[in-house]
Amino acid sequence: MQVKDQNFKPLVVSFCCNWCSYAGADLAGSSRLEYPAEVKIIRIPCSCRVDPLFVLRAFQRGADGVIINGCHPGDCHYTSGNYFTRRRMTLLFSMLDYLGIERERTRLEWVSAAEGARFAKVMNEFVGKLHEMGANKRLGDIRCKE
Amino acid sequence: MRQKAHELLSSGAVGAVLAWEKGELPYDTSPAVFRDAEALDKMVYNGFCGSNLSKYLIEQGKQDEKVLVFLKPCDTYSLNQLLSENRVAREKLHIIGIGCKGKLDVEKLRTQGIKGITGIEENETLKIQTLYGDHELPREDVLLEKCLSCKGKDHKVYDELIGEDLSADTEQGDKYAKVAELEGQTPAERFAFWRGELSKCIRCNACRNTCPSCTCLKCVFDNAHSGVAAKVNATEFEENMFHIIRAFHVAGRCSDCGECSRVCPQGIPIHLLNRKFIKDISGFYGEFQAGETAELNSPLLCYDLEDAEPNIISKREGDN
Amino acid sequence: MLKLSLSRMEELFSRINGERTLYAPIQIGEQTQFTPWVPDAAVQMNRLSTVKSPKDYFFPHIEDIAAFRVQGKEIEILDVRTEAAPFAVFGVRACDAESLNLLDRIFLDDPIDTFYESKRKSGLIITTACFEPEETCFCGVFGIDALSPGGDIATWIVDDTLYWNALTEKGEALTEAVKDLFEETDDMAVKAAQEKAQTVFDKLPFRDLNLDGLTGEVLMKKFNSPEWANLNPSCLSCGTCTFICPTCHCYDIQDFDTGKGIQRFKCWDSCMCSDFTLMAHGNPRTSQLERFRQRYMHKLIYFPDNNDGAYACVGCGRCVQKCPISMNIVKVIKALGVENDV
Repeated sequence: MQVKDQNFKPLVVSFCCNWCSYAGADLAGSSRLEYPAEVKIIRIPCSCRVDPLFVLRAFQRGADGVIINGCHPGDCHYTSGNYFTRRRMTLLFSMLDYLGIERERTRLEWVSAAEGARFAKVMNEFVGKLHEMGANKRLGDIRCKE
Repeated sequence: MRQKAHELLSSGAVGAVLAWEKGELPYDTSPAVFRDAEALDKMVYNGFCGSNLSKYLIEQGKQDEKVLVFLKPCDTYSLNQLLSENRVAREKLHIIGIGCKGKLDVEKLRTQGIKGITGIEENETLKIQTLYGDHELPREDVLLEKCLSCKGKDHKVYDELIGEDLSADTEQGDKYAKVAELEGQTPAERFAFWRGELSKCIRCNACRNTCPSCTCLKCVFDNAHSGVAAKVNATEFEENMFHIIRAFHVAGRCSDCGECSRVCPQGIPIHLLNRKFIKDISGFYGEFQAGETAELNSPLLCYDLEDAEPNIISKREGDN
Repeated sequence: MLKLSLSRMEELFSRINGERTLYAPIQIGEQTQFTPWVPDAAVQMNRLSTVKSPKDYFFPHIEDIAAFRVQGKEIEILDVRTEAAPFAVFGVRACDAESLNLLDRIFLDDPIDTFYESKRKSGLIITTACFEPEETCFCGVFGIDALSPGGDIATWIVDDTLYWNALTEKGEALTEAVKDLFEETDDMAVKAAQEKAQTVFDKLPFRDLNLDGLTGEVLMKKFNSPEWANLNPSCLSCGTCTFICPTCHCYDIQDFDTGKGIQRFKCWDSCMCSDFTLMAHGNPRTSQLERFRQRYMHKLIYFPDNNDGAYACVGCGRCVQKCPISMNIVKVIKALGVENDV
């Protein structure tokens, strides 16, 4: 069992779709809901813009977890983008698991523009889990460390 | 085969023949393009013609002529995939389906300590002459990895079929056995396994270049503007990244022809990455075999409203 | 000449390993690779060619050459060069030992590559003779005697005895340090084994490979040979042959942005890569045929033309074994050489 480092602050890259989740994050902020400052939000036009390379690059450059947020199934601004995301990310996450990368480091969530509270809750949960797990050691690039 | 090729080439029905050429040693056949009927004497088809000729059709298809190509049953899946993606024009091809009893892997002879190979007689038992004496081995002990889970004897696309051994029965091993074994391990064990394998990678790109599904005009790993182009795996991360992305890019398009593992100079079981995707796709979205038909039907190009959510991965049992 | 029973090899290895890192051909999975020796490692003395050559230890696949730290508008240049730590490579074959002499011509010529020089100085090569060549071997074609290998120390394994002979000052120094393990002996047993093995060498399929007609004088003729168009189509343009080759020495210099600065490194390049010799204005070789031709013209024409006739090939046979589609230098020599010259 790994000894937990209390000072460890997991770095999270959170991809948010422009139409739902980004607005959801915005609502979380304007509603003054708290979620960890280590969550770095990257706005994307649609969750299906997330190339598997984006996820890997986030890990390479020091992320401890990567979460992709999109519109709920059926609500995609482009009708079907998030359905493609769902298939792609299911396969990618499964592959990372297959390679022995901890499966809780990657996540896909559906967050609508009205779900500020849900956004904060998801982030808090995700960061909490990463805090338990500790730093990403299996999929980082030593050159990008201090 | 040679006679047929001769006929078509001299009559002008085809401008080129894509087949295998005899090498300098008993096992070193090379894919070759024959344009001259005289040169067809060098054409060969034996147990060491494991290479998949489908990919060469992309380059050959650019010529303004019809090409005669010889395909083994498993090669036709790759060709179908290329046809479905419009990478090769069907009307430029004359496809002759040829039989296959499983192809042989000279590396397997070497790992069994056989060296100095100067002659190989192919039968159910292989008779191998070497500089240090003769050996006999059952053919099935020397089969290529890909032939251990053969897709069967049916050609999925062809203009005609020739060859007397078309009906050869092939072994149908469980292609997911090793994938399932790995899935049953703990993530730490899997991580250790893949570190051991992927750390051998010298980034020669043979797996990518031989892959009939890798058809990008400019690969992301060759594109200086992509931010991930590299000629070497500088760190463990790059080893992982290259193999994840390579496998992901052919997910839903890979027909499991096994060329990637065959060509790897370091013996990395690359096919186990592809098969993981195939297994997942078949498990999540219904049984799928790329290249079964020439229709464009990759499971990553479509969706179902009721698809599984990715949290089926994070909810899997077991520790990290 | 000195001798040592093979049963005491472990002792010898650990003694050599004491003051320097020792690399040896060690079996990993189904393959044999030069890797750092550890006690009880499965050192393979019978498998001739490792997948990669020991070139790695002198001219690594990747090597940092400088780093830049960026802070605001300040850029600090960091010198990351280090003196190479002493090391020895055991079990190098005659062909691979000769390949280092070829690399010397490139990297130790003016301007000297200090990274290579430092490793060459601190590295010690212990060769071993090949008594059982593979069918893919053709070092003899390039005048290499696999039965009397070069390096700093040459060894011969006959039955269950290792015979040891220092060839250079460096080799003498190491020999002094481990001499107490050995016994003095004459070279009769080695001579007898050499004579016996010679009969095998005389039967190798590529022993008569003819290099006549491959010289700088016919450069343009070979360059424009129609044979290239026949040879090239099978090539997958992967880099296998260049990366496993003991004599290939092209490298590229690249930068990696770490987010906090830059790491500049050199890494092996391959003429098979589409961006090989890519410059600001574009690439002088745009087709696969040109790149394929470059590889063999370099080895068989340009290199000997610039280096007193020495070919940039040592006949180790790795490309013959490992090319995914078996298009190798032997086929090219046969197609381009004098036999096809009408």
